[in-house]
Amino acid sequence: MSLLTDKKLLMGNEAIALGAIEAGVQVVTGYPGTPSTEALETIARYAKRCGIYTEWSSNEKVALETAVGAAYSGAKALVTMKQVGLNVASDPLMSLSYIGVKGALVLLVADDPGPHSSQTEQDTRVFGHFANIPVLDPATPQEAYELTKLAFELSHEFEIPVILRTTTRVSHSCGDVEVKAAEPAPVEAIEEGFVKDRRWTIFPKLTAERHPWLESVQEKLSEHFSELNFNSVLGSGKIGIIASGVSALYVKEAVKTVRDFEELFTLFRVGTVYPFPEKAVLSFLKGIDQLIVAEELDPYLEEQVLQLIGKFHLPVDVYGKKNGFFPVSGEYNVDIVIDSINGVLVTCEESLRLSHASPAVSRKKLPPLPIRAPTLCAGCMHRTVFYAFKQAAKQLKKEAQTDTIFSGDIGCYTLGNAYPLNMVDTCLCMGAGISLAGGLSRTNPKAKHVAFIGDSTFFHSGIPAVINAVYNGANITLAVLDNRTTAMTGHQPHPGVGVTVLGNASKAIEIADVVKSCGVESVRTINTVDPDSLESCVKAAKKAMNFNGPSVLVFKGKCVGIAKPDKYYKIKPETCTGCGFCIKELGCPALNLDGDKPVIQDNCSGCGLCAQICPSEAICIGGVKL
Amino acid sequence: MKYDILIAGVGGQGVVLASRLLALAAMKAGFHVSTAETIGMSQREGSVSSHIRIGDEISGSLIPIGQADLLLGLEPAETVRNLPFLKEGGKVLVNTHAIPPASRPPGSPEYDPAALLSFLCAHYPDIFCSDFTELADDVGTYRAANVAMLGAAAGARVLPFKEEILREVLDAEIPEKYRAVNDAAFERARKCIRFISDP
Repeated sequence: MSLLTDKKLLMGNEAIALGAIEAGVQVVTGYPGTPSTEALETIARYAKRCGIYTEWSSNEKVALETAVGAAYSGAKALVTMKQVGLNVASDPLMSLSYIGVKGALVLLVADDPGPHSSQTEQDTRVFGHFANIPVLDPATPQEAYELTKLAFELSHEFEIPVILRTTTRVSHSCGDVEVKAAEPAPVEAIEEGFVKDRRWTIFPKLTAERHPWLESVQEKLSEHFSELNFNSVLGSGKIGIIASGVSALYVKEAVKTVRDFEELFTLFRVGTVYPFPEKAVLSFLKGIDQLIVAEELDPYLEEQVLQLIGKFHLPVDVYGKKNGFFPVSGEYNVDIVIDSINGVLVTCEESLRLSHASPAVSRKKLPPLPIRAPTLCAGCMHRTVFYAFKQAAKQLKKEAQTDTIFSGDIGCYTLGNAYPLNMVDTCLCMGAGISLAGGLSRTNPKAKHVAFIGDSTFFHSGIPAVINAVYNGANITLAVLDNRTTAMTGHQPHPGVGVTVLGNASKAIEIADVVKSCGVESVRTINTVDPDSLESCVKAAKKAMNFNGPSVLVFKGKCVGIAKPDKYYKIKPETCTGCGFCIKELGCPALNLDGDKPVIQDNCSGCGLCAQICPSEAICIGGVKL
Repeated sequence: MKYDILIAGVGGQGVVLASRLLALAAMKAGFHVSTAETIGMSQREGSVSSHIRIGDEISGSLIPIGQADLLLGLEPAETVRNLPFLKEGGKVLVNTHAIPPASRPPGSPEYDPAALLSFLCAHYPDIFCSDFTELADDVGTYRAANVAMLGAAAGARVLPFKEEILREVLDAEIPEKYRAVNDAAFERARKCIRFISDP
């Protein structure tokens, strides 16, 4: 460690934040999304001290456009989002590539191989290729810090937006990072630098003019990338391996299991994945007959090298996803890489094999283990609302033989799909539930259609769907689950909360007012906080479902992740018959069987839902929570 | 030097904090460190684990199968679930306090904590078992079970750095209003396990 640097334990996202501040970022926007969220949150902590404008925007498209405005004025801007957020932001991004930027514009886009917390396994490296936007792909928090700074330099120099692409194991990995200063220094003040110029107004003629420029930048960057030491060669063996991101580290560890890596393999690590550093890869490929490609998600590097090999008629055999040597999906790890490389070694008739460590107890020998799926927290208001709609739907089925189809959305409340609630019949992407319900109502007109959406998701992309439902007269009920926070990603504020990411007060936008102004005639707001709210929720749900035309119920409550509970419930053992109805119906993590009777545990946060459904009235308030 | 620690538990038990404390201590002791945590959807009462890789070299943050030197299990079923990561001769500390899953979807095996604990003891005869949740509850809050287990690991002398370093980290990282209770949980567990390991 040199005397000029400081060493800190940083999560990849925190390292990116510090790198951005060091690069002089002045405007930061984003929308929360696992695993990207902490980058913006970290910058927000330093925002006042360092003079950085920071906002959670209402969605990723808005975030990008806001950052674009800043970058047009000569400012350095950062936009953060997860991979599916890039889909939302793709419209401005695709046009922006032709126009370019003046200051600097970097997009942090976090991919999620697995996926752990996402609806897709898309690969942002490929998106960058499609959009003609350079992509950097770090493997560790340290590299994420360095590459963030490089991204700003490139963006400024080449006047083009740059994507810093991470994966879960980079963004959500903590490591020791050498930073220039433990506490970031203030950035340069924003200058009022917007200069009117026809270059900022996209037009078919301008696009036609700019397209050749855009293509030439790709070539220049490919040349430039070939010179950078973020693309490095290790070893001098006859079997080549090309890898990017964290996969490169898995390769290093996998091949260490036999003998010195250098003897058999040569690893080319690609840090600047798009535009592909052709020259550097070409010189690496000289003298290599066999090439292994180790990469998570899409066969991006594989296609690039295949193209290069074809273009230059190189005598290299390639082993990757396309010929079945590596898994085409899912997250990689050292063991997967070992198995895949061994497959190649067999085919190449090498006698050497990489070996796995042998555990004392293998997975096969484990006894049966209970399934422990994620579930709504104890006392979550969503459980009350889901249960109320379940009851309302049951009554409608009984009274009028009417079925109900429930469309979900993205957020904690996607967990409403879990057993025993089973209250999510469709879920597609942010904001899709409302319009999807509209579509279902056209083809299943006899059924009732209910869409659930969270407060943050409503502001993100729910509003156009509400307008469409009113405009085209869709017969649907929208239930807004308003727990006053963006809960799933760690409790970020949103336009309905009345506070910004910097803690400043702002106008709180009422969801009920929004839907009324969109023309919805049947709108009701229901408080779920009362411990006897179930009955009123059921009644309201049924009434809204029976309304002809679009109806909206806004359920207001608290997120138990941030609101401290004030009471807890208990089960009176003398009254409890041990029927287990509470456990079977609700799946609440505070309820458990102790012997043959249910008990309420410490994590009860006092919603009172179980007390309202207990057939023997055996559940009552147990006391005050301190 | 290479030392891999895996912490397993249920969302809400403080696995991420425990992992951060160990990582900070390892870094203070002069090692490289790399961790992988479960953040996001699975945090909601689901199975969670943290991988902490300590050593002279930087590696990917996921521990390969059969390479963990130490498994800190905050919950019996989650300990067993992660057992394949532990190497032969690796050390296990387990919190015997069971957390049954919130719901039992059709087809989910019955949860029998006693059977799982016997399984653990049969395969790792020198395992340390204790109800660290109860121990933490006794000194103030069941929530400090994670820090109690760090104390136990220090007591069992299975950490690759001096326990003083971990204490310094604890002092620096735990907010003042929770410090006393966490210190007490750490100390009681440390003494209790030290007594068992070298009476």
